[in-house]
Amino acid sequence: MICTALTVTAAEVDLNQYFSGLNIIVALTIAVFKAACVVLFFMHAKYSPGRTQLVIIASVFWLAVMLFMTMSDYLTRRWI
Amino acid sequence: MPREHYLNATYGIRSWLLTTDHKRIALLYLASVTFFFFIGGTFATMIRIHLLTPKGLLVTPETYNKLFTMHGVAMIFFFLIPSIPAVLGNFLLPIMIGAKDLAFPKINLLSWYIYLIGGSFVLYSFSTGGLDTGWTFYTPLSSVYSNSAVTPAVLGVFINGFSSILTGLNFIVTVHTMRAPGMTWFRLPLFVWAQYATSIIFILGTPVIAITLLLAGMERMFHLGFFNPQLGGDPILFQHLFWFYSHPAVYIMILPAMGVISEIIPTFARRPIFGYSFIAGSSIAIAVIGFFVWAHHMFVTGESTYAALTFSLLSYLVAIPSAVKVFNWTSTLYKGSISYDTPMLYALGFIGLFLIGGLTGLFLACLGLDIHLHDTYFVVAHFHYIMVGGAVMGYVGGLHFWWPKITGKLYPEFLARVAAITLFLGFNLTFFPQFILGYLGMPRRYSSYPPEFQVLNVMSTAGASILALGYLLPMVYLIWSMRYGAVAGPNPWPATGLEWQTASPPITENFEATPEVTWEPYDYENRPELGLAIHGAPSPAHGDD
Amino acid sequence: MHRTGELSGQYRTLEQQRETASLGMWVFLSTEVLFFGGLFMTYTLNRSTYPDVFSAASKTITLWLGAVNTVVLIASSLTMALSVWASQVGKKKLLTIFLISTLILGCVFLGIKGIEYHDKYVEHHIPGWNFNFEPGADVATNAHAQLFFSLYFGMTGLHALHMIIGAGLLIWLIKESLRGRFTPEYNTPVEIIGLYWHFVDIVWIFLFPLLYLIDRH
Repeated sequence: MICTALTVTAAEVDLNQYFSGLNIIVALTIAVFKAACVVLFFMHAKYSPGRTQLVIIASVFWLAVMLFMTMSDYLTRRWI
Repeated sequence: MPREHYLNATYGIRSWLLTTDHKRIALLYLASVTFFFFIGGTFATMIRIHLLTPKGLLVTPETYNKLFTMHGVAMIFFFLIPSIPAVLGNFLLPIMIGAKDLAFPKINLLSWYIYLIGGSFVLYSFSTGGLDTGWTFYTPLSSVYSNSAVTPAVLGVFINGFSSILTGLNFIVTVHTMRAPGMTWFRLPLFVWAQYATSIIFILGTPVIAITLLLAGMERMFHLGFFNPQLGGDPILFQHLFWFYSHPAVYIMILPAMGVISEIIPTFARRPIFGYSFIAGSSIAIAVIGFFVWAHHMFVTGESTYAALTFSLLSYLVAIPSAVKVFNWTSTLYKGSISYDTPMLYALGFIGLFLIGGLTGLFLACLGLDIHLHDTYFVVAHFHYIMVGGAVMGYVGGLHFWWPKITGKLYPEFLARVAAITLFLGFNLTFFPQFILGYLGMPRRYSSYPPEFQVLNVMSTAGASILALGYLLPMVYLIWSMRYGAVAGPNPWPATGLEWQTASPPITENFEATPEVTWEPYDYENRPELGLAIHGAPSPAHGDD
Repeated sequence: MHRTGELSGQYRTLEQQRETASLGMWVFLSTEVLFFGGLFMTYTLNRSTYPDVFSAASKTITLWLGAVNTVVLIASSLTMALSVWASQVGKKKLLTIFLISTLILGCVFLGIKGIEYHDKYVEHHIPGWNFNFEPGADVATNAHAQLFFSLYFGMTGLHALHMIIGAGLLIWLIKESLRGRFTPEYNTPVEIIGLYWHFVDIVWIFLFPLLYLIDRH
């Protein structure tokens, strides 16, 4: 657990130097990885019953739907 | 009844205001939602009177804006959304699954107090300048330009959201962890499935409108710019966020009513419900797919064509599970032994009116048609068919069906049937003309209209007066029955279902001993102990022995 | 419903009570995901509409303070997880120590946030309160920068509010753990408040890159 916290925080220092357009993707990927570690291990999601895991997946999925479908309106305004 | 039960177990106002008994909390909600129904109904009455003449009979246009807004806010947030879940759901859910109470009884009580606090802020808003933004609070009118009491109203609705969230949380957890031994998922009554599906929407949708209203309120108070084009903000973002909840909210309003219908139809057709697992699954499907269609409220806002196509298609898809239900209810009726008790009258009315309301929704989901019909009375008629013809009939029918269980008394059957028919006729006379008005082009939310629309408007107002009678009658005789009604036994209909196996009214712990479930739901053909014949013609239900 | 020991009347067993509490907290956290989600949605849209102004505005918040706060919060998640473990194995003294460490780290986080907010106050970057992004900025830039800072304060403010509530819950936990209330048979409050604390950590894990790391050159 301690290793997880350390390694992942180290990555943040590198982010400053990284300045191409993919900055946000790298940053968010690391964030997702960190969050997944917290959820799986600190919150014991890995060892929880199926319904807990369903609740987690559902919340993330619903958030994704909100973000994705709303942005799809804005991003496709110029298409047709 | 010298026996002790939940109503007489303890006395005094503190024992009610500090109760954690889900049955008492249900009655507390019954009183509060009825109060807000009157508030919303008063505004509706004023609207219909005002619209008797083309130039408007009663109020100025500015005040008219306030009337329809406050009607909508009171009815949607403080009556319809809580109605079946907080009254019938709270009362019945634990009993139907064989539990002593919900998972979190104190949170249940907290939920009611939060509802009251939210309601107080909204009432404060109504009485200090009113609200004129439409129940949809579109920006920047609500967040910048309106001169009405927006901030307390937005705060009130925000707070009330947490009441819903906590109720939904309680229901979901209860169904997962508090079922009696033998009560497997597929033995659950369909009312429970409906509440579960509704609770999913409470949990995932309500937080979004909460944060959205909070942002709009902050924008109004601190002149921020999220939704204000003058400051770089986007009013369409508000609409996306608002409808992300508010469309699923309409499924919050209808799913529980569908659950009630699924309980009433088998009882009064004396047959097991047709396609139990499809009805259960369709409830979940409606709850899920209902989250993917919100921007069909925004077809004329300038959203992208691609988005409009997607949302239109998905809106057609969401109709399918509803159609499955209607088909299954109808199939249950086929070759059933039907009796026309009051709950059954409401259920039959529901099926017809929901059908019309649902199908007209498809008219609106069609992009080309919506250009003409958006913001006309066609939309108003469509949603009233579903919310009143559907949800309210389901609520009133459910109140009648479970009234003997809740109070231990029977209501007067003849008067109740008269009321049901009055309500049905009044409703149709009120709202069917509005379909025609909308088709002919009368816009909604306008305080005046061209003279050629007057006849239909007058019909609608006449219908509204009959509808009002249809609402008042039950209020009178139901209260009368609490004191003077005939005593109901545990199972007056009789119906299957755990709630009918315990006393009427139930004891505080619901059951003398934790039940063990070994039978399938709606087993009308196989329950001799309930007075139901095995094979051959089942006997019709009768409510008064 | 009355209680016998730690078991509330509506439950049949302590295990059922624990499972119920845990599921209840997870369902509550899912509502929080959607609650913060509305803010993330607003952020996403505004950032994609005004990328340059957001980038410029992001540079004016102190990166190293945010990074330190991230480390602090992840560490506090660690001590919280350790306190749950301690309660499961019955090590009551360690439980209290870990709970107190979590609280201290949480307070450090809030203190640093306070410093950052003060900096913003000094620079006139608080929306609605003498806001001026930079001298000579035109109206549009000011307005768009104000959007960034509205989101900055809105998101970190809501997050900080959740942390303050969490701190309050921790104080209660510490008080109860000092009374020796938590045993391997009954440690449900520690577990579910732990879940809450971890969630607040996760929100920050996403806030940090989105607010502080926008295209820094």
